[in-house]
Amino acid sequence: MSVARRRVLPPLVAFVGFLATWQAIVWMGDYPAFILPGPLLVAERFVTGWVEGTFWPHLATTLGEIAVGFTAGAAAAMPTGYVLARSRLADRVLSPYLVAAQAVPILALAPLIALWFGTGLLARSIIVALVVFFPVAISVMVAIRGVDRRLLEMARSYRVTRRQRIVLVEIPAALPGIVGGLRIGITLAVVGAIVAEWIGGEQGLGVLINLARGSLFDIPLLFATLTVIALLGIALYGSVLLVERHVAART
Amino acid sequence: MSDAPPPAPAAPAIRLAGLRFAFLVDGRTVPVLGGVDLEVERRSVIALVGPNGCGKSTLLRVIAGLLPAAGGLVEVEGRPVSGPDARVGLVFQEPRLLPWRSALANVAFPLEVAGHERAAREARARDLLGLVGLRDWARTRPGELSGGMRQRLAIARALALQPSVLLLDEPFSALDALTRERFNVELLRLWERIGSTIVLVTHSIPEAVFLADRVVVLSPRPAAVAADVTVDLPRPRRLADLDAAVVSRTAAEIRAQLGGATDDAFAVATGEVGRHDEPDAVIA
Repeated sequence: MSVARRRVLPPLVAFVGFLATWQAIVWMGDYPAFILPGPLLVAERFVTGWVEGTFWPHLATTLGEIAVGFTAGAAAAMPTGYVLARSRLADRVLSPYLVAAQAVPILALAPLIALWFGTGLLARSIIVALVVFFPVAISVMVAIRGVDRRLLEMARSYRVTRRQRIVLVEIPAALPGIVGGLRIGITLAVVGAIVAEWIGGEQGLGVLINLARGSLFDIPLLFATLTVIALLGIALYGSVLLVERHVAART
Repeated sequence: MSDAPPPAPAAPAIRLAGLRFAFLVDGRTVPVLGGVDLEVERRSVIALVGPNGCGKSTLLRVIAGLLPAAGGLVEVEGRPVSGPDARVGLVFQEPRLLPWRSALANVAFPLEVAGHERAAREARARDLLGLVGLRDWARTRPGELSGGMRQRLAIARALALQPSVLLLDEPFSALDALTRERFNVELLRLWERIGSTIVLVTHSIPEAVFLADRVVVLSPRPAAVAADVTVDLPRPRRLADLDAAVVSRTAAEIRAQLGGATDDAFAVATGEVGRHDEPDAVIA
């Protein structure tokens, strides 16, 4: 009980403090709801949004884009990172493009992708995948490079095949670093999906933000949508942690 | 020498002839082994001693097939070694265990790589754990074991594929002197049970004498066999044998040979070489 209290109490106090400060700023500045709604108003809109079924279709759309884009981006990034770690040639040839692609803001790239692929699931998933790719590829590369060479020599003395070396030694040894990259990737995937939705389309939490700010002019709804996005990010991050714990327990 | 006859039973466990090896450093070749000739009888224990950095570990790696010989011959039981070899088990200076695997799964690793069925490899790994006295630690991860237990685990793993030759690269160098003595006795008992040939590298001359049938002294780089000293101490051996006259006499002979190997005429003349050049030699 006291342990649980010690773990739960500090973040709870901090959260209540955050809400109180927010509300205090609204009261002291006497801001209208269309500039800065207070937390109570946002909470109310959050609840009605769920009750009226406003959020669900948008959330489902965004979630779908993240699922497809994150899976594709991470699946492409892992072998790339491995090859970058193990082939000096690949590192020299590919790294400049990777860094250059990362230096170009996704916000600038998104309209181009919309031009080529439209504003549907495909285009949005591509944007998510692009955002996820870099951090995952780099962390896989660093993690694989960091695998203890002495373990690799030990494995070689037992005549491992390349596949056995990767599956039995390199991946488990690099797992903490790989999962670290996936954690960064999943949070960036949320950002990528929202950015992708801003360029157009009918549904998605990013679209809802635009609607709330524009034609609906419902600023409390805008804040409530931001809350949904934040909760989505936390939930996805948490599920990566769960998968990590499950995998770590099995190897 | 006709079409691939089965190796003659008389073939020695290991035969090295004119064995050479060199490292490439910045485009220059640095010779490490300069023509090593050595025959090791089956079921014998050989200790390799020599000055630091003379290439003892390199020699073990070449015998294990981890490094390719630049010239000369490496044969295990009459057949040449080309690449990592199941007939040779190598125990490194550090245990090199997979930290995410249990003790049992670490010992089973070579069997898994070789494609044995799960049930068979677990049964075999359990036997091996028993052999090194770790039967009750099957589920434990290496991180929770002591340094000595980890090294025993590494030995068990090296025995998994039933190699006829076991190579040990200063396996007990990280252990304290008392544990080390105990481990040497255990190693001899293990050797009596498994009946394989053992080649071990050590810095401790008493340890070499206590364990080995022959102590082979290597010269400084590029290494060659500088001396081959037979240890005339009956088996089974006990720790008390370390105080026997024959042990100190043999140790003195090896020290003198090491002195020759270091090519320090003054030190040889005054008989001070062992103490100055081999500080580790006072262990045990």
